[in-house]
Amino acid sequence: MEQVSTLERILRGIAISFVIIFFMFPILWIFLMSFQTNETILQVPPQLFFEPTIVNYEGLITGQLETAAGSLKIEFMGNLFNSLFLSTAAVIVGLILGVPAAYAFARLKFKGSEDIAFTLLSFRFAPPLLVLLPLTIYFQKIGLADTYVGLIWVYQLIVLPLILWIVRGYFEDIPADIEYAYRIAGHGFWSTFRKIALPLAGPGIAAAGLLAFIFSWNNFIFALVLASADKQPVTVGALAFITASGINYGQIAAGIVLSIAPTFALAMYAQRYLVEGLSLGAVKG
Amino acid sequence: MGEFTMSVPAKGRFSINRRYLPYLLSLPALLTCIGILIPFFTAVIYSLQRYRLSQPWARKFNWGENYLNFMTDASFWNTLKVSMTYATLTVGIELLLGLGIALLLQRRSTFNNFVSIMLLMPLMTAPALAALMWKLMTNPGFGILSYFATLLGIKDLNWASDPATAMMTVVIVDVWVYTPFIMILLLAGLRSLPKQPFEAAELDGVPRMFVFWKITLPMLTPFLLTATLFRVIESIQQFDIIYAMTQGGPGDTLTVFQVEAYLNFFQSTNVGRSAALMMILWAITYFLSNIFIKNWLRLREKARGEA
Repeated sequence: MEQVSTLERILRGIAISFVIIFFMFPILWIFLMSFQTNETILQVPPQLFFEPTIVNYEGLITGQLETAAGSLKIEFMGNLFNSLFLSTAAVIVGLILGVPAAYAFARLKFKGSEDIAFTLLSFRFAPPLLVLLPLTIYFQKIGLADTYVGLIWVYQLIVLPLILWIVRGYFEDIPADIEYAYRIAGHGFWSTFRKIALPLAGPGIAAAGLLAFIFSWNNFIFALVLASADKQPVTVGALAFITASGINYGQIAAGIVLSIAPTFALAMYAQRYLVEGLSLGAVKG
Repeated sequence: MGEFTMSVPAKGRFSINRRYLPYLLSLPALLTCIGILIPFFTAVIYSLQRYRLSQPWARKFNWGENYLNFMTDASFWNTLKVSMTYATLTVGIELLLGLGIALLLQRRSTFNNFVSIMLLMPLMTAPALAALMWKLMTNPGFGILSYFATLLGIKDLNWASDPATAMMTVVIVDVWVYTPFIMILLLAGLRSLPKQPFEAAELDGVPRMFVFWKITLPMLTPFLLTATLFRVIESIQQFDIIYAMTQGGPGDTLTVFQVEAYLNFFQSTNVGRSAALMMILWAITYFLSNIFIKNWLRLREKARGEA
């Protein structure tokens, strides 16, 4: 397998180049576009060299959109805050609910535990709208429509199965004897859980949390159905922003860059766990 | 997998505690999900009703009528056809491309690892935002891809706004976002395969094509199957990319299940039909996810055994 001919090496090089161009070009292009004024963007043929400007980012941060028709207020920073708040809160709630449950499923096999674990997993695969549409009607009745609480609750649909199944795997990896020994020494259940199990499963919990954050951040459909403008995260906000700003393409590009940068940063940080998390623990990276 | 079957300090209040402990630990998570199960049963009921938000007074059970109507409803068959086409095209292309890239990057080297990490970026992009990125690039006025198309001699390519190319455009976006998913899954699979069969084949001078078809591919099958099912389940439910790109249009070219149900609910306020559509989609995904979970469990056991 190792004696590679020159021809093959060249062909491989070409193939890899195509792959890199296809997957990286859109990100690079939008990034470049975010530093251009509308005049540069609208030029045909497109310009690779231009005078970079940060007016687009300034406009987004100050919330003032200067158009030919005058000044327009934009709420993009609010969307960014909503994304941050919703995802963080969803992950915290998910960890508080999910980690003890994961421990119960991993260690204390009990009647019906597998059935329950699989029911939770099956939420991951059910069509979100199936639940969301009746939920809009319910939420209006019980006053949860268009609230952060309602949204964070619904986010558990994606956060909980992920945390449960990844963290469960990490708990199962801890040899039961360690906990057993600690308990023989006279420690109670809670202190064993806190002092032994939690720290040992720490990396797994962190990884599951980071991944759950990325998935929450990238979610679109929950907030589209359940949130109005002032609660919307960037994914939904950016869509409304396009209609509102009409032709200010540089600013749209800048908005996209700001919206995808946090998940990129987290993914780079957590890349060791990505494979495992994306496959819900089926494959180790 | 160790279980606590011992009963060391098991007396007094502790033994009661012990019996209920697992339930106590998993109850909050369960309650959260029961809150979500209620809407599910509500959806079942809605799907058996004539229910339009615009005519609440006319709401009544019509039992299977919503489903029966689908038989003669051209737009339902269009939804089914569009969803199937989308799922087949995206997963088919992603599988071939993902396998190809995984094979290219199989050898562990700094460069290959770097490329495989870079390729995660599209996967980490929110699909709705990815659709917006491609929308900017395929704008007929200034989009860079439209410009490239004219360089290739293709004039007036209207991408997502032309019924003839709309499907192609959203499929490209889906391929851009999700091929890395299949790629990293298969890459992890390839790298976890035992070395001996390959070394033996090389010693015997077995042709590389033969090794690929007779050793690599069969051994990779569980990973291929898991990746494929995972993607089919998600792809048949695709909403974000299509909605952000065209909202199901032009016309009904891209009204896949979830988009159609969304439009039915919010535009024509036909709750009954919308719920019935979702029930059919749910039946399809439930069937697929049962097969998936069996496979996934086997892989999970294996991955855990090696850890």
